[in-house]
Amino acid sequence: MLNVGSLKEGFVLDHIQAGKAMQIYTYLGLDKLDCQVAIIKNAKSSKMGRKDIIKIECSLDVINLDILGFIDHNITVNIIHNGAIVEKKKLTLPKIVYNVLVCKNPRCITSIEQELKQVFILTDEEKQIYRCKYCEEKYGV
Amino acid sequence: MKHLISPLDFSVDELTQLLDLASDIEKNPGKYKEACKGKKIATLFYEPSTRTRLSFEAAMLNLGGSVLGFSSASSSSAAKGESVADTIRIISCYADICAMRHPKEGAPLVASEYSGIPVINAGDGGHQHPTQTLTDLMTIRSLKGRLDNLTIGLCGDLKFGRTVHSLINALVRYQGIKFILISPNELKVPEYIREEVLQANNIEYKEVSKLEEAMPDLDILYMTRVQRERFFNEEDYIRLKDSYILDTGKMNLAKQDMLVLHPLPRVNEISVEVDSDPRAAYFKQVQYGVYVRMALILTLLGIKTD
Repeated sequence: MLNVGSLKEGFVLDHIQAGKAMQIYTYLGLDKLDCQVAIIKNAKSSKMGRKDIIKIECSLDVINLDILGFIDHNITVNIIHNGAIVEKKKLTLPKIVYNVLVCKNPRCITSIEQELKQVFILTDEEKQIYRCKYCEEKYGV
Repeated sequence: MKHLISPLDFSVDELTQLLDLASDIEKNPGKYKEACKGKKIATLFYEPSTRTRLSFEAAMLNLGGSVLGFSSASSSSAAKGESVADTIRIISCYADICAMRHPKEGAPLVASEYSGIPVINAGDGGHQHPTQTLTDLMTIRSLKGRLDNLTIGLCGDLKFGRTVHSLINALVRYQGIKFILISPNELKVPEYIREEVLQANNIEYKEVSKLEEAMPDLDILYMTRVQRERFFNEEDYIRLKDSYILDTGKMNLAKQDMLVLHPLPRVNEISVEVDSDPRAAYFKQVQYGVYVRMALILTLLGIKTD
């Protein structure tokens, strides 16, 4: 039985689609933090068959979780404080995503100036449509 | 600092003020002839566009200011690989305001984020051309006396025509606007304009393929060019192109006070015989373009003349 110690303060990201944990690790910038991170891959799940889990020991203001809503809004975010779950956060689509989507419009300024940030803005929440900030090219989630 | 990147950057109230100023310039040009004395506009044209560039330059000269700039990417530092951000930082040291045309969509928005001076989008690829929209609005308001309660026919290439999309976006903010969209099936307005702009704002519109059918109902006919290169099939192009040639026969079907607008250049979609019709407003439109650009320069520079 795999045993990973419980957290005092931080986040447990549960019900991550199996195989997606490393992608989320990168998007959340966890590689740049010096806190403890446990990645559990392919854990058994009665709901999902297999799932990934990430446990992050850090203060609650260090990580911006908005991007998770864009990657997979089925992820459960448990917020841990003093060793107990104090909140199960509901994920929503972020209003703006930076450097996650890449504009595919060959006429967009980002196609020739690669140092520009890739910025996508949520323009239709219901239909989950993002548009490039610069050329307004559509990106459906 | 205020820029003009999209036609919707100005609220309806701000737009009214701008068009009022443009109308005052039209009536009293002498009052403004030294309003921009000592000021410079940089026209940064990464692709050629003689009419738009000259319109900006004429506007600044009419205001007593000076102009500098370039008219193709090959004569700018872009040819050496300089970024838009760096170019605008440099130009900010030379000029007080700039008008930028760029083949890449979003380039003027990038410029505005790094600029120390107001940036005007003078056309970015197939994306936006806000000063054309201001010109169209001023022409309609000056000649019809209003921007509400109008039936507007948009004819030709409604799929790729950026002036058409910008004009729809701008006009849906007014009351009582109806559109008749006249185009071949292949060149209908994009789905997002229908859904996110027209339907989202409860705007009455219909799509037709024959210009004659729409003519009697129109207050404004906005013509655009049907471009051969958009068709996959030469036969379709030949079949359709003549449907959208406006001639005196079709003009006879229209109201006596209908106006014909065109963003120009025209090729053959408006027959030259229509030029002498008092309802042909497309050359007046060019003159209004200068007035509205004068008003825009004054507004963005925060210059008041009273």
